[in-house]
Amino acid sequence: MIEAYQLFAALAALLFAGGFGALLMQPHLLQKIIALNVMSSGVFLLLIAIAQRDAGEFPDPVPQAMVLTGIVVGVSVSGLALVLVRRIHRETGRATLSRAEDEPQDEETHE
Amino acid sequence: MNPGELLNVVFNGVLAGMILLTAGFLLTSRDFLQAAALFIAFGLLMALAWVRLAAPDIALAEAAIGTGITGVLLIDTVRHLRPTPLPPTEGPCRRRRWPVLALALPGLAAAALALGLLVAVFHLAPPDSTRAEEALAAMDYLAHPVTAVLLVFRGMDTLLELGVLVLALLGMLTVRGTRSLAAVGMVPPDDPVLQGVVRVLVPLAVLVAGYFLWLGTFSAGGAFQSGVILGAAGVLLWLSGHRGLDHANAWTWLSLVLAGFVVFLAVAAGTMVFSDWALEFPPSMRSALIQVMEVSAAVSIGATLTALFIGLHRRPEPSSRGTPS
Repeated sequence: MIEAYQLFAALAALLFAGGFGALLMQPHLLQKIIALNVMSSGVFLLLIAIAQRDAGEFPDPVPQAMVLTGIVVGVSVSGLALVLVRRIHRETGRATLSRAEDEPQDEETHE
Repeated sequence: MNPGELLNVVFNGVLAGMILLTAGFLLTSRDFLQAAALFIAFGLLMALAWVRLAAPDIALAEAAIGTGITGVLLIDTVRHLRPTPLPPTEGPCRRRRWPVLALALPGLAAAALALGLLVAVFHLAPPDSTRAEEALAAMDYLAHPVTAVLLVFRGMDTLLELGVLVLALLGMLTVRGTRSLAAVGMVPPDDPVLQGVVRVLVPLAVLVAGYFLWLGTFSAGGAFQSGVILGAAGVLLWLSGHRGLDHANAWTWLSLVLAGFVVFLAVAAGTMVFSDWALEFPPSMRSALIQVMEVSAAVSIGATLTALFIGLHRRPEPSSRGTPS
C-alpha cells in the first residue's frame, strides 16, 4: 500500500519535472515565471513529505521552517522577475525570450 | 482497512490528481489571465496538500503569500502586458531549423527528470531521528516547534530571508527607475461602499495579524503569516486610494521596510557579545528578544510586500518624482 507521503513525494517529482519542461519549452516570460513557481512547489512538497514520513509526535519541524523561509524567498524572486518582465516589455514591446530576428519588432507604443 | 483510512487514501488520491491536472493546465495555458486564475487555484490546492501533510503553518503561508501576493502581482502584470497580442503558437518556433528537436529535447529531458526523481523519492534514505523534541526542549517560552526551530536553530535563515526581501525591493526600484517608495499614489475610486469596507477591514486585518503573531508562540502562525496579512491590508489600503498611505514619506517607508532586518542584525551582533555565536540567546533575555524580533519581522514583511506591489505603479499626476519614461 502506498503511504500518503509517498503519494505526495511522487506528485512533487512530477510537478518539478513538469515545471522544468515548461520552463524550457514555453517562450513567454510570464509562463517561465509560473513554471519556476510550480518547480519550487514541487521542492517544497518533497521536503514536507519527508518531514511527514519522519514524524514522531510532531512532523519534523526543520524542513517545515525551511519551506516557510523558502516561500517568502520565492515571492521575492517572483516579484523581482515580474518587474523585470515589465521593464523588458517597456523597452522592447515584447515579453518573450526569442532572438530578435525570429520575430518582427512591432512599433506600437506601450505605456 | 477501516472506512476512515480508506476515505483518507481516496481523498489524498483525488487531491494529488487535481493538483497534477491544475498544474498541467497551468503550464500549458496560453491565456495569461486564465493562467493567473489557475495559479491561484493551484496554490489553494497546494494549501490543502500542506494540511494533509500536517503542515498548517505552510498552508497558511502558501494560501496568503504564494497564492495571494504572487497571484495579485501576476494578475497585475498580465493586465499591464495586455496591449501586446500573444505571439501565435507557431511564432517563436516557426523559423527554427529543427522544430521537432527543439520540442523533443526539452520534453525528453523533463520526462527523464520525472523518471529519475520518481525512482529517487521511492528510495529515500531511512529516517533520521527528528529534532522536534530537541527544539522544544531548547525553548521554554515557545511551545510551537516550527517557530522554535525558526528562531532557535535557523535564526540565520530568517535574518537572510529578511535581507532577500529588502534586496528584492531594491532590485524592483532599480529596474523600475523610481528612487523613492513614496512616489506612488492612487486616485481613490468614487465608491462609498469600498471606502466603508476598507475602513472596517484594515483595522480588523491588523488585529488578525497581531493574533497570528501571538498564535505563533504555541501553534500554527507567526511573523510570516502575520506579515502577509499586514501586507494584504497595505495593498487594500492603496487600491482603495486611502489617503493614509500618502502621509507616509520616503523615510517612513524606509524605516518600516528595514526595521526587521536592522533589529535582526542588531540582535545578532549583540548576542555575539554575550554568547558564543550570533543569534544564540542568553536564556534570561530570550523571550523578550524573540518578541521584539517577531514583531519587527512581521512589520517589515508587511511593509515590504506592500511596497513590492505599490512600487510597481506610478503616481498618475504629473508631479511624479520617479524618472519619466
